[in-house]
Amino acid sequence: MLTAGNALELRAQVENESCERAFDASRARLDFPILRHRIRGREIAYLDNAATTQKPQAVIDAEMSFYTSECSNVHRGVHTLSQRATASFESSRDVVRDFVGASDRKEIIFTRGTTEAINLVAQSFARPRLQPGDEVLITEMEHHSDIVPWQLVCQERGAVLRVVPVTDSGELELEAFHRLLGPRTRLVGIVHVSNALGTINPVRDVVRAAHDRGAVVLVDGAQAVAHIPVDVQELGCDFYAFSGHKLYGPTGIGVLYGKRELLESMPPYQGGGDMILSVTFAKTTYNELPYKFEAGTPNIAGAIGLGAAIRYLGALPFTAVMRHEDELLRMATEALSSLPGLRVIGTARRKTAVLSFVLEGVHPHDIGTIIDLEGVAIRTGHHCAQPLMERFGLPATARASFGLYNTISDVEALYQALQHVEEIFR
Amino acid sequence: MNAEMRELYQEAILDHNRRPRNRGSLADANRRADGYNPLCGDRIRLFLKIEDEIVKDVSFEGAGCAISTASASMMTQSVKGKSVAEAYALFEGFHAMATDDGERAGDLGKLEVFCGVKEFPARVKCATLAWHTLKAALTQPADSTTTE
Ligand SMILES: Cc1ncc(COP(=O)(O)O)c(C=O)c1O
Repeated sequence: MLTAGNALELRAQVENESCERAFDASRARLDFPILRHRIRGREIAYLDNAATTQKPQAVIDAEMSFYTSECSNVHRGVHTLSQRATASFESSRDVVRDFVGASDRKEIIFTRGTTEAINLVAQSFARPRLQPGDEVLITEMEHHSDIVPWQLVCQERGAVLRVVPVTDSGELELEAFHRLLGPRTRLVGIVHVSNALGTINPVRDVVRAAHDRGAVVLVDGAQAVAHIPVDVQELGCDFYAFSGHKLYGPTGIGVLYGKRELLESMPPYQGGGDMILSVTFAKTTYNELPYKFEAGTPNIAGAIGLGAAIRYLGALPFTAVMRHEDELLRMATEALSSLPGLRVIGTARRKTAVLSFVLEGVHPHDIGTIIDLEGVAIRTGHHCAQPLMERFGLPATARASFGLYNTISDVEALYQALQHVEEIFR
Repeated sequence: MNAEMRELYQEAILDHNRRPRNRGSLADANRRADGYNPLCGDRIRLFLKIEDEIVKDVSFEGAGCAISTASASMMTQSVKGKSVAEAYALFEGFHAMATDDGERAGDLGKLEVFCGVKEFPARVKCATLAWHTLKAALTQPADSTTTE
């Protein structure tokens, strides 16, 4: 039980440890202006970070500064503003390249987000290659955005979508994966960190096995990049997709990393300006990477904001941030598990930042409404992972998800609010 | 429990959630309709037995949150024995109350406990799911047992 006494003790312990590791979440919290607001007179306990994260002042300033002093289109003007905008936009690409450990800036394509990045690979990589009877292998814990693009392309090409099941604890069934990985598997799509369960998948092993069978691997990193270190070369994956807004950056901007030789071999995703070298009605020559995949005016302010978010994160001691989030997850899991009738969904050995749960006799939707009245923001529902919910025989779960600015106070607020839910429904 | 919460989770709602009335299938139903709220995954199946333009019997099956379960339970109680036209008028009255939209024709009696949902936009659909399903069942051709 999380009593007032041992909560204080835990807080002291956490603060001590943060001191030692030089990460102070309560100080970092001050960088996020929205968290200073109050809802119904209470400080916001924002525990919906898996849906989207809040933005630090540095990101807001970067977008603002683009609009107030650099606003212009990129890659097309000779004038000063356009050169400034292009320089800022392109420097964000370098920041992203460093962040994910890509060897070449040409391998970093700006998209609207994870969803668009996956659709790009489905349409430009998979669609021209898939033959009838070929297979795409995904997992039961994928987000809809790593399911539906493959369904669309498989249907069109007469290919088969196969699914690796997950265990009761929410881990990938590795034996089944190896069994399902066959001679017809052309592509494997796998989520790095599950948004509904928090499971961290063994992506490196999956990539190795897939490559042995000649399959290409796309990793959905939407929930990973803010919480665990990602190095695409170490993972060995062929494609890696993520969204800026789950990484303390703006909405409407995301990234597709792709291995250069694969990207070179793919036709464009969309046609338009910026993605061409020359156009005549007889023949159009495509631009070089990464511009071939960036048709039209991009989200310039968004890309600059994303660069600022990554710089912000980079200035923090990331190992300490990770430990802080793990500690929050551990404490929240322990505290919530002590509530009668509460069951944690997703108990994988390796997980991060996500705590999904159900409360006997109380629908998640009611939990969400009641605790919102106490200033605690969580997500309830199927988390865009309906097949996974079905696997666990649940229509929905309640999900608390953590970010770097959460503290033990947020966990306490969650715990107390859930006690009130109990009182209402008992 | 604070005032806003009491406004939404009134005792009658909690009671109908705990012990839903008219729950289960209806063997001699001559109308049936399914309702689904994709936002929270709530599903309801409604069974009606309509004879001489009167709702002779009604029941529901399904899993949902407290608001949608209680709403379904109380809806079945309030339309049982009513004429089809009266049941349809109740749908319109309930819809107007929950969405705070349109003319309120008059007091809805026990159903007034759902008045609080209009303050919770995310929950309006929960309260109206059973009623929309009722509307679908009522507007089906007679003796039809197909789903919407
Ligand atoms: C695991 C996972 N994949 C993909 C997405 C889709 O991201 P976006 O909506 O930013 O494209 C999300 C976000 O909800 C997610 O959690």
